[in-house]
Amino acid sequence: MENVVNHSSNTKPTPSSSPSGGPKGGFFSLKNQDKLHLTAIKSLAVFVIGLLITLLILLLKQAWPAVTEFGVEFITSDWWNPVEDQFGGLSFIVGTVLTSIIAIIIAAPVSIGVALLMTEVLPERAGKTIGLFVEMIAAIPSIVFGLWGLFYLAPFVRETLTPIIKSTLGFIPFFNGPSFGIGVLTASLILAIMIIPTITSLCREVFRSVPTLQREAALGLGSTRWEMIRLAVIKPSFSGIMGGIVLGLGRALGETMAVAMVIGNQPEIPKSIFSSAATMASVIANEYAEADSDLHVSALCLVGILLFGVTLIANAIARLIVWNYNRKQQG
Amino acid sequence: MNYYTWRKAKNYFFHSLLSISAVLVLIPLFLVVAYVVYKGISGLSLDFFFNTPKPVGEVGGGMVHAIMGTLYLVALGSLIAVPIGVVCGTFLSEFGDGKIAKSLRVAIDLLTGVPSIVIGIFAYILIVIPFKGFSALAGGIALSLIILPIVTRSTEEILKLVPQHIKEAGLALGLPRWKVTYFIVVKGNLKAILTGVILAISRAAGETAPLLFTAFGNRYVSTELLSPMASLPVQIYNYSISPFDDWQAQAWTGAFVLIFLILGINLTCRTFLNRKKILEKVTRQK
Repeated sequence: MENVVNHSSNTKPTPSSSPSGGPKGGFFSLKNQDKLHLTAIKSLAVFVIGLLITLLILLLKQAWPAVTEFGVEFITSDWWNPVEDQFGGLSFIVGTVLTSIIAIIIAAPVSIGVALLMTEVLPERAGKTIGLFVEMIAAIPSIVFGLWGLFYLAPFVRETLTPIIKSTLGFIPFFNGPSFGIGVLTASLILAIMIIPTITSLCREVFRSVPTLQREAALGLGSTRWEMIRLAVIKPSFSGIMGGIVLGLGRALGETMAVAMVIGNQPEIPKSIFSSAATMASVIANEYAEADSDLHVSALCLVGILLFGVTLIANAIARLIVWNYNRKQQG
Repeated sequence: MNYYTWRKAKNYFFHSLLSISAVLVLIPLFLVVAYVVYKGISGLSLDFFFNTPKPVGEVGGGMVHAIMGTLYLVALGSLIAVPIGVVCGTFLSEFGDGKIAKSLRVAIDLLTGVPSIVIGIFAYILIVIPFKGFSALAGGIALSLIILPIVTRSTEEILKLVPQHIKEAGLALGLPRWKVTYFIVVKGNLKAILTGVILAISRAAGETAPLLFTAFGNRYVSTELLSPMASLPVQIYNYSISPFDDWQAQAWTGAFVLIFLILGINLTCRTFLNRKKILEKVTRQK
């Protein structure tokens, strides 16, 4: 592209030969037009960058009172009491990380399985149809998942799932305790459903990029189809799969409404998988509009910054893994 | 059992595992859609679409204020974000080597990763605090912050696919570069760009978290830019956590309308504008 930028010097100097521009040398001459356009478009870009930086600074400024008031204690204490203006966010951090990790444990194998089924087993058409359905999950708004979770999944967890888990894993204290339906387990299940499309679509890309030759080689050596999948598809794309999983984690950490509706919003560190808890996103959603004291708003902003930081780290790790993987594929 | 049959059995076993995983994914989807349709369809009535809510305790009323509010907020958000997003995407794909372009790319990536509730805080700080009150403007800004990175990314990805020789043909005719960019590169791919825009808008239409404390809520049809405004997702949320059966039923109907709207837009986009490569590029972001 760069070698043809100087095209305007090749046009004839008479004004009539430049149908779009003004007289040569004027403010709107052909040469100046491009410069003006580039300046305009660049200033828009600078505006967007500046806006984001301003937002981050304003957010930090808003959260600053809480930082000076509580310091490190904010992430080591779990005492959250708006009435006494005492804020410690540990329980929310634990809630967010715990629900997201349980969600990943549930969603990852299923997503990988679906992606394998779509790319390796089913004929192309059928695979695409399933892919369309999976993408439809991503299109459903989180409020609808929340509504469904509250009125359908929570009773199901209370009546059906809890007795099963208690009778099989109940000897571990973490899997035993009173269950009201809403709580960590329900939130994790909802999250798992919501992040399946993310992991599936990335895994699908990764599996597709495996060369067909590799598969044929495995089959040619007499392996069954499963052995082919294991040796020629899963093994070389392992780090790509990890990238997809971490990307799903990033989505799970930031999810708000569906979790806020089914987790119970108890600012405590959950004692078992059935107990109520709260996540960083859910506490902001619940308390921000009603926060009276400035310190409360400030503390919630600080929770927001922490949440932003955690998702940022997860996304960065995912990108790094995928980037590394792509480089290895090409190299 | 000899080794061969053992391998074959293992093959069948894992094949069935893969099939089970597909069933596990599809069951929740069908359960959600079926349950929303089952619970929501009975509440559909003219009242629902043309009436504002009745006072607490009275049966009836509808969600016209929320439906109008959602349309208003989404229109406001797209009006702000779509032009900026398309231009930014064009900038990234056509002039994407400089320092500014690289920082813009990082900024857009960063914005894509911001959780939607934090976007709400952004809009709160930017609009609600200076104007001293919840407003439709704040809600529109919040939605625009969600739409902007999606539109930018999809536009960039689409325009990157335009073959070099098309641009060179335009330049060879003596057109200035900006004309080549907008009247040949962008105009020729308008359909694809529009697909990305519509998908972004359909995502923003379902967002609740950024509207909770920006547009807040309202019980009447409102078109005021600087007063609170109801929206379908927030109304569903408020009704669903309320103790009244009637309101909960309305929440389901609202969810039905919302899901119908969004899945409708999505599927239309996918079937009518189904040009294979484009769609893959548009949906691949994130």
